[in-house]
Amino acid sequence: MFRSLKILAILLALGLALPVAAQDKPAKRFGFGTPATTEQIAGWNIDVRGPDGAGLPPGKGSVAAGEELFMAQCAACHGEFAEGAGRYPELIGGRGTLKSDDPRKTIDSYWPHGPSLYDYIYRAMPFGAPQSLTHDEVYSIVAWLLNQGDLWPADKDLDAASLKALKLPNRDGFITGGDPRPDVKPDTCMTNCRTAPPKITSDLAARLGVTPTQQKAAD
Amino acid sequence: MSPPNDPSRRRFLKTSAIGGLTLVAGAGVGEAMAAGADNLPPNVPEWMKTLGPGVTANPYGNPSPYEKNTIRRNVPWLTATEESSINFTPLHELDGIITPSGLCFERHHGGVPDIDPEQHRLMIHGLVDRPLIFTMADLMRFPSVSRIHFLECPANGGMEWKGAQMAGVQFSHGMVHCCEWTGVKLSTLLAEAGVQKSAKWILAEGADAAAMTRSIPLAKAMDDIIVCYSQNGERIRPENGYPLRLLVPGWEGNVNIKWLRRIKVGDQPWHHREETSKYTDLMPDGKARQFTFVQEANSVITSPCPEKPLKHGKGFYEIRGLAWSGYGRIKKVDVSTDGGMNWRTAELQGPVLSRCLTRFRLPLQWDGRPMLLQSRATDDSGYVQPSIENLRKARGLNSIYHKNSIHTWRVRPDGEVENVQIA
Ligand code: HEC
Repeated sequence: MFRSLKILAILLALGLALPVAAQDKPAKRFGFGTPATTEQIAGWNIDVRGPDGAGLPPGKGSVAAGEELFMAQCAACHGEFAEGAGRYPELIGGRGTLKSDDPRKTIDSYWPHGPSLYDYIYRAMPFGAPQSLTHDEVYSIVAWLLNQGDLWPADKDLDAASLKALKLPNRDGFITGGDPRPDVKPDTCMTNCRTAPPKITSDLAARLGVTPTQQKAAD
Repeated sequence: MSPPNDPSRRRFLKTSAIGGLTLVAGAGVGEAMAAGADNLPPNVPEWMKTLGPGVTANPYGNPSPYEKNTIRRNVPWLTATEESSINFTPLHELDGIITPSGLCFERHHGGVPDIDPEQHRLMIHGLVDRPLIFTMADLMRFPSVSRIHFLECPANGGMEWKGAQMAGVQFSHGMVHCCEWTGVKLSTLLAEAGVQKSAKWILAEGADAAAMTRSIPLAKAMDDIIVCYSQNGERIRPENGYPLRLLVPGWEGNVNIKWLRRIKVGDQPWHHREETSKYTDLMPDGKARQFTFVQEANSVITSPCPEKPLKHGKGFYEIRGLAWSGYGRIKKVDVSTDGGMNWRTAELQGPVLSRCLTRFRLPLQWDGRPMLLQSRATDDSGYVQPSIENLRKARGLNSIYHKNSIHTWRVRPDGEVENVQIA
């Protein structure tokens, strides 16, 4: 039942009942699963934490190398200036638009933490070939992206320490102190609830032509 | 196939001799259908004159071919690729509260991975005493739980903040489904690994090409999160996380990590892309709410709706709909036919379960005049589904996520139904 005598020893030391002895009462621990080795963990432990950059690997990259990599592996979807191509997301631009009718959420306008950018590019990009970039390559691409957003000088290498130290423009743009909802007062009125008859404010849905029809979708 | 002397085969031959002609001639089902009235009383329907396929024809059953309209649909213009995209549950075609697994809306960010369960592993590490790796077989040995819960993408209805846009309930509300989920409680697994005192959050990670991650407070993990291997009684469908996924009752879909491969225990959230750049609610002052996890109470009338107009003129109809809340049980659903001037309380179909779709019904004698149909859900926390006006007052137009306002269908005198917004 217990794969390692050490676990068994710990169990006994803690005075915990063994599953066998417990009969019908479930044990606190079952002894299922195997210990994860340091090596196994290292291979999967790819997360980098946003605020403090915990998990950023060693390595460094340059803006120049990043430009080359971005043009070869990213620009087809994200544009040569990271402005986005087609419906693929723009990555840089739109600073100062968050209060507008058309807020643009990009690395330099919206993202709060540089290390999260490292994390995401390594784990998910390029789209279709994730986790294929080396650490130095990711640092280079991040350096180039930051440079595109005027957040990093063209002639300076980026590494773990400097990425941790960098403050993105929207760092303080998030309300993190817990969920403020419910934020709407309950209205439970049952009869004569309106002072004026209902007024249609929007009825374009039937005519906009943006909804796939049943027939089309069934084809 | 059965041997020649097999009794079942003899029986088959005997029966088909009686059914004779039709079987030999093999009159196609299509032909019979074209004839139409041939199958109506007083005639004997075609399908009574021949034998249908036997028990080996369909080892895994499919819906009737006549139901081919009951499918998930996507909105091609919404996303750049089909691998990072969404499709919608056909709510208008469904009854009851359980969503058939093959019709559950899909949202994924890097396509559906093809995972061999023998080679799938769940790793738990970080601030734990014993970092562990589990096989699927390991996970199935633990005490199991089954729960019926809705799961809703927080972007459900998100296309409608600025105005009515989608001409169908499948698209205005179809990013929700409700299934029976079976697995092991996450708290059981965390106890196995031994969570350390300083722990406050976990990071859950998927084994897809997006390696999707979300941070979740440890308190929720210890409370009711399930690490699931089954959905509606069978193993989870690939697009819904096969072979292993999180089910986080009442919380936004995105945190219910599919294809779960790793849980890391930590002392603070990770602020990854999916909880900063996405799934945050931008307010009018330019600040964004983060970690707004709960899917607040919502409801919608699924019949009539744009896809299911009132086709029979004046007379009796049953108004049918769905309500759900991430805070708990649905307590009450009120329905208005006059745009919220007056409300009547609908009947709730039991069982009414916590954080689960709840079916409501209300009889309607339609006089043929236009209606503005609405439903308003109240849950057992006292939360009442707000009007779109009130929601906009609180959050503006740009928050994308968590739009759970009272929905309005305009019913025209010809019975057609349109998605509108009113003030
Ligand atoms: C084949 C097209 C494609 C290529 C090539 C590509 N991406 Fe992407 N990228 C996408 C898509 C699609 C998304 C959105 C994914 C989603 O919705 O989850 C995205 C999202 C991103 C985001 C997050 C944007 C945000 O605001 O949240 C970043 C950053 C990014 N890509 C960087 C890169 C980098 C760096 C490369 C090159 C190494 C790259 N991408 C290559 C398609 C592509």
